[in-house]
Amino acid sequence: MATPVLDKVEAESAASPYITVTFRVRRFNPEVSAEATWEDFQLEIDPKERVLDGLHKIKWELDGTLTFRRSCAHGICGSDAMRINGRNRLACKTLIKDINPEKPITIEPIKGLTVLKDLVVDMEPFFQAYRDVMPFLVTTGNEPTRERLQSPEDRERFDDTTKCILCAACTSSCPVFWNDGQYFGPAAIVNAHRFIFDSRDEAGEQRLEILNDKDGVWRCRTTFNCTDACPRGIEVTKAIQEVKRALITRRF
Amino acid sequence: MKIHKYDTVIVGAGGAGMRAAIEATKRSRTAVLTKLYPTRSHTGAAQGGMAAALANVEEDNWEWHTFDTVKGGDYLVDQDAAEILAKEAIDAVLDLEKMGLPFNRTPAGQIDQRRFGGHSRNHGEAPVRRSCYAADRTGHMILQTLYQNCVKEGVEFFNEFYVLDQLITEVDGVKKSAGVVAYELATGEIHIFQAKAVIYASGGCGKFFRVTSNAHTLTGDGQAAVYRRGLPLEDMEFFQFHPTGIWRMGILLTEGARGEGGILRNKDGERFMEKYAPVMKDLASRDVVSRSIYTEIREGRGCGPEGDHVYLDLTHLPPEQLDAKLPDITEFARTYLGIEPYTDPIPIQPTAHYAMGGIPTNVEGEVLADNTTVVPGLYAAGEVACVSVHGANRLGTNSLLDINVFGRRAGIAAAEYSAKNDYVDLPENPEALVVEQVERLRNSTGTERVAQIRRELQETMDANVMVFRTEQTIKTAVEKIGELRARYKNVAIQDKGKRFNTDLLEAIELGNLLDLAEVMAVSALARKESRGGHYREDYPNRDDVNFMRHTMAYREVGDDGTETVRLDYKPVVQTRYQPMERKY
Ligand SMILES: Cc1cc2nc3c(=O)[nH]c(=O)nc-3n(C[C@H](O)[C@H](O)[C@H](O)COP(=O)(O)OP(=O)(O)OC[C@H]3O[C@@H](n4cnc5c(N)ncnc54)[C@H](O)[C@@H]3O)c2cc1C
Ligand code: FES
Repeated sequence: MATPVLDKVEAESAASPYITVTFRVRRFNPEVSAEATWEDFQLEIDPKERVLDGLHKIKWELDGTLTFRRSCAHGICGSDAMRINGRNRLACKTLIKDINPEKPITIEPIKGLTVLKDLVVDMEPFFQAYRDVMPFLVTTGNEPTRERLQSPEDRERFDDTTKCILCAACTSSCPVFWNDGQYFGPAAIVNAHRFIFDSRDEAGEQRLEILNDKDGVWRCRTTFNCTDACPRGIEVTKAIQEVKRALITRRF
Repeated sequence: MKIHKYDTVIVGAGGAGMRAAIEATKRSRTAVLTKLYPTRSHTGAAQGGMAAALANVEEDNWEWHTFDTVKGGDYLVDQDAAEILAKEAIDAVLDLEKMGLPFNRTPAGQIDQRRFGGHSRNHGEAPVRRSCYAADRTGHMILQTLYQNCVKEGVEFFNEFYVLDQLITEVDGVKKSAGVVAYELATGEIHIFQAKAVIYASGGCGKFFRVTSNAHTLTGDGQAAVYRRGLPLEDMEFFQFHPTGIWRMGILLTEGARGEGGILRNKDGERFMEKYAPVMKDLASRDVVSRSIYTEIREGRGCGPEGDHVYLDLTHLPPEQLDAKLPDITEFARTYLGIEPYTDPIPIQPTAHYAMGGIPTNVEGEVLADNTTVVPGLYAAGEVACVSVHGANRLGTNSLLDINVFGRRAGIAAAEYSAKNDYVDLPENPEALVVEQVERLRNSTGTERVAQIRRELQETMDANVMVFRTEQTIKTAVEKIGELRARYKNVAIQDKGKRFNTDLLEAIELGNLLDLAEVMAVSALARKESRGGHYREDYPNRDDVNFMRHTMAYREVGDDGTETVRLDYKPVVQTRYQPMERKY
């Protein structure tokens, strides 16, 4: 006997309320046209499915040229941040039922980074800002033979900012970043925070100096867009505030 | 077409690739080619932990760990390799801590450890706390920490470069690695990377199943590239089905949930694992638990209107413990199922999870051309490889370990090889195969759709070669795969452009999945016994007399161009442990 096939597609479709939704997608392909346009797609879909499932349905059944990044499909790899109904989210972590499927669902690339094709943007400036804050543990002196000790409280101190998946949802929701791509942006500051507040690290001062730059933390105007956008629930604005405070008090 | 020259080229930037890159970059001019940005790799999805007998919280040692690994693998493990894995585990974890990995800590400030399936004290006496972890984000932390250290070391990455072919040149009758051919996603340009040493670290191939914990991008590109060049694949019939995937979606809920005290229950609320594994219960090895779940379902004790799943019950655990130790998986239940795990049990079913088989290597990561001969300059590590430390069934937490131990070893060995050896000449028209493949797809006027063939492949794999197999189901799969392979020749894509043509790459990835699915099914058909993840209802017992051996599958092309899978076998390395019946 074969392995029981659990998902009985037919039985399911009779029972489940498939609905018709419109995906209104921002399309851009410079090989075809210099202009970006909106295109509507009608889909029959279970509202409990993800926006990513809807995009796949389009790509696989309607229009193979629709282009977006994705990999894990459950909010871990950070590939598919996009603007969905005007808000930055991961397509794989957004269920259709949760974003008012009665109206057309608008899907655009994240803002502030150059669009390369459809929903794909150039991530290089984003990763460059990340690399610029020295996102790695710096220690001096002899390495211990066993692990470095760290109390559970010290470990907890930077727990929130270790969750970052570098999806750019925060940085590309920030009005300061939209206006000036030189600004490090929230994600880079979050990753600096992760090390500044790690009791094992010894380069906090250097990172603070980097962020003291004219394109550093002081550009933040505390609009909280980043905190709202973070799919990992990181309190981004709070982390930025803590970095600002550390710059003033030089205590961290 | 562009030609690049590097001492060492690494294919893949997951845990194995980046661990190798950190070593290789220190020792040789190294390039890492990766189809995803490094931090998008699926290592980041790993949750539960990484095994090492640190003995931070209770007595433990590497010999017990070796034994558990061998037993967990149903004695198909090469025991010399398992011993290295368990011994080097301790330094592998300490190295990561020193690189900055934020492990959970004990009150004394050491790395904390928790229980995991199949890991035991003193050869099976009781569960032991061996898994080093960072909440249920251990893989995320490993991937981030390794990427951070790659930034620190200045590792050179070529992001969104898809390696599609392995170049081999024969020198004085010896097949040597000459480099790889890659396709650049952004531009559609083809690049030749000539290298003294190449390391494959391109991950698994779980996407030939539909219900899977694997990412969309885990399509076995590395395995397929070397297989197509006449190199063998080892033990491909062994695939792990993890007991606790989210019902219908396959998203993983870590075994750590059971390590923290979670319990599997059937529709009567019964803790059914007590019947199947009286000592280890819910923490028996994964193949045992997955079969037990399906036995419950088949015998009518499954949950839900269709009786097609069981429950993972965490409701008796304090919410603070769930928040501290299992924050991500509880959030998955909320996000994708709308279920509150504090108060409600979570519907689960087994999900296709891990390829035990892959490119055969020795313990230095050198790729084998047959049972004994290495291919000079060619290496593999991580899920793409088969050392074999996992045998017929991998223990939880042993893969994050594998990628670190053997990623490091392969990185060092490859860089040392490139320091001592010169470039091998590229074959004539090195790009030919890839150009032909890309052009054929771009110009095809066929009528078949990629998504349709992929769906049919996944359906046949789920139905016929998953947790339970028989001669008849496997034959059904082999036939169906043959049909799909024929139809694939007639596949067409819609995107004909050069820029970010993911339509084209999905088609190429499907070709890889079809090749590997065939190898898996053919290997499974010939293995007339049950062992670890390979369970044959028509041969329910392990047969050490006839099948205590690794499968080696080769691609054969007949004079008329027909392709077949030829099987051969390789002995298992046994050192300390004699095969025993596996009981939990
Ligand atoms: C959900 C989940 C949870 C898990 N939990 C655990 C756990 O708790 N403990 C444990 O020990 N194991 C766990 N595992 C298993 C373990 O995480 C994986 O086996 C391991 O991380 C694989 O690492 P890798 O480096 O071999 O491959 P991956 O991390 O998958 O990386 C593959 C890399 O190869 C690249 N690549 C692929 N194809 C190409 C190509 N054609 N050209 C160029 N680059 C390419 C990709 O870009 C990627 O960078 C889990 C697995 C899953 C799916
Ligand atoms: S696809 Fe990985 S985060 Fe959405």
